[in-house]
Amino acid sequence: MEPIRKHKGLVYPINRSNIDTDQIIPKQFLKRIERQGFGQFLFYNWRFDDDGNERSDFSLNDTKYDGASILVAGENFGCGSSREHAPWALQDYGFKVIIASSFADIFYNNCVKNGILPIQLTEEQTSELVKKAEGEPFTLSVDLENQVVFDDAGFEASFEIINYLREMLLNGWDEIAVTLTHEDKISTFENTKA
Amino acid sequence: MSKPKTIIDKIWDRHVVHKEENKPDLIYIDLQLVHEVTSPQAFEGLRMKGRRVRRPDRTFATMDHNVPTIARHIINDPISKKQMETLQKNCEEFEVPLADINHPDQGIVHVIGPELGLTQPGKTIVCGDSHTSTHGAFGALAFGIGTSEVEHVLATQTLWQAPPKTMNVKVNGRLSPAITAKDLILAIIAKFGVRFGTGYVLEYTGEAIRDLSMEQRMTICNMSIEAGARAGLISPDETTFNYLKGRRHVPKDEEFDQAVAEWSALATDAEATYDAMVEIDANEVEPQVTWGTNPSMCIPVSATIPAPESAKTDASKEEIERALEYMGLEANKPISSVTIEHVFIGSCTNSRISDLRRAAKVVEGKTVHTGVRAMVVPGSQSVKLVAESEGLDKVFTEAGFEWRDAGCSMCLAMNDDIVPPGERCASTSNRNFEGRQGNGARTHLVSPEMAAAAAIEGRFVDVRTYLTTPV
Ligand code: SF4
Repeated sequence: MEPIRKHKGLVYPINRSNIDTDQIIPKQFLKRIERQGFGQFLFYNWRFDDDGNERSDFSLNDTKYDGASILVAGENFGCGSSREHAPWALQDYGFKVIIASSFADIFYNNCVKNGILPIQLTEEQTSELVKKAEGEPFTLSVDLENQVVFDDAGFEASFEIINYLREMLLNGWDEIAVTLTHEDKISTFENTKA
Repeated sequence: MSKPKTIIDKIWDRHVVHKEENKPDLIYIDLQLVHEVTSPQAFEGLRMKGRRVRRPDRTFATMDHNVPTIARHIINDPISKKQMETLQKNCEEFEVPLADINHPDQGIVHVIGPELGLTQPGKTIVCGDSHTSTHGAFGALAFGIGTSEVEHVLATQTLWQAPPKTMNVKVNGRLSPAITAKDLILAIIAKFGVRFGTGYVLEYTGEAIRDLSMEQRMTICNMSIEAGARAGLISPDETTFNYLKGRRHVPKDEEFDQAVAEWSALATDAEATYDAMVEIDANEVEPQVTWGTNPSMCIPVSATIPAPESAKTDASKEEIERALEYMGLEANKPISSVTIEHVFIGSCTNSRISDLRRAAKVVEGKTVHTGVRAMVVPGSQSVKLVAESEGLDKVFTEAGFEWRDAGCSMCLAMNDDIVPPGERCASTSNRNFEGRQGNGARTHLVSPEMAAAAAIEGRFVDVRTYLTTPV
């Protein structure tokens, strides 16, 4: 997993709540057995019409968001299915940071395991960011070490993340390798309690 | 005496392998269930690092999401076929037991776990599937995980998890006759919204919950994730033990008695406290129908479709507008005036034998409405066999239903069982998200009885009046 410490990037706003993982990546694309290549299917049913042509009414198709790497949304982002294909699709499309006013639990974990930084801000803050990003191209800076998000025009917000997950993102750990350093404890548990 | 504890805390405490300051706990996982869609990348990850599956004996795999439910040996879609073959190959290579498409134990992962007695009180159970919460019905701590975590559990049989916050979902009073667990859980989500459980493990308590059969309890716990909770559970009792007795993986004879004693001790202590609580009156619950694009957009069958101006806390005006547009519905019309083209009885929420029996009772001697395509998809091959031995298949097929083999089917429409764009389906599944049953498909979540009645009438009817006034 790639470490993430600081990131500056173009913001794509999507002013909706309860965006579920069925919308992020529809089920017809879950059949692949690889981790890569899901970006082309991101938000598929919103991005494309029945004939596979881009829909002009979905903002991600607007060229002004080409190259966006920070997504900002409303509440309960990533609810529904546990499919990790959702963060894989977001990452493959180019997103490195997801900001929302709240996240579904499984999705939040899935992001971290893939080196995507999920940031929870208040509804007021996400609304402000959405508004800014809906206008002129808008870039935001994220500093994970100091747990802060800021722009060049005075916006600044700090965010919480549990220390363990922060360390994992900062260092790009292989979590299994970390766990296996506790192998003896797992064996003892198995021999005595499991 | 030690401090009173909830069942959630008790299970947690028994599974901590390692504790460290400023870190989540490392907890042991007793059982991992595996299916074809969320596992290929996990096995591939093991292979790339030369890792093995630590405990194949604590792992069990099946094929459900992708499998055809008709002529099941002909898998037309080469990518689906490859995904199933990949699971087969992975299970062989890593020596994981597999109920494949030809196996009599095959079925939806959350139906077969309990059926085989793999699911037991006090266990920690995970699966790369959000409806793993189903297994909580037995007093297990069961939750969905992503593929990276699947890989982690395969390799280490553990997970790093922060201790969960606990919430008591207290159901007071009793359900009226003919009101099902599905109506209750939909009513709970309609009342408290799709986010109230986020960050919590729910425990369902109260008389109405105690009254429920095991299969109805599974329906409740199944939809915990639709309330945002990764896990929801019910303290085990006699109902639980009677269900488990004699099942294949459940201890026998004296060992069973010993297990029952241990399981009984898991139940939440009388004085235990939770981090949060919500309450609902069971007496008030009517048959429910969802009208929108998330499960909290739900009303009693006697009600009218909400108008955007009526926006309450959970859905904003814009969200209601958007949902009405997607669903092709008009505000303020009675939901009972809405006609449907499809009926799906199935999914890990409502495809067990008692679900099919109750639906068959409604259907018996009647005919599916003209223009309605109705299908029954049993949750497992073994449910299918039992149903056939009772003649339920005949009841359904004679009424005009299709009778299929086990799988997820139209719950997520990954195989060929799809609702076409713009068409409407009364479905016993758990998600009415946009496109869930097919691109542009319009889903209304209901109980098996309500789905059966909708199939006969071609629209939503109150199954209670329907059962007493034969047509
Ligand atoms: S039946 Fe539906 S909800 Fe249940 S496991 Fe299958 S796809 Fe998921």
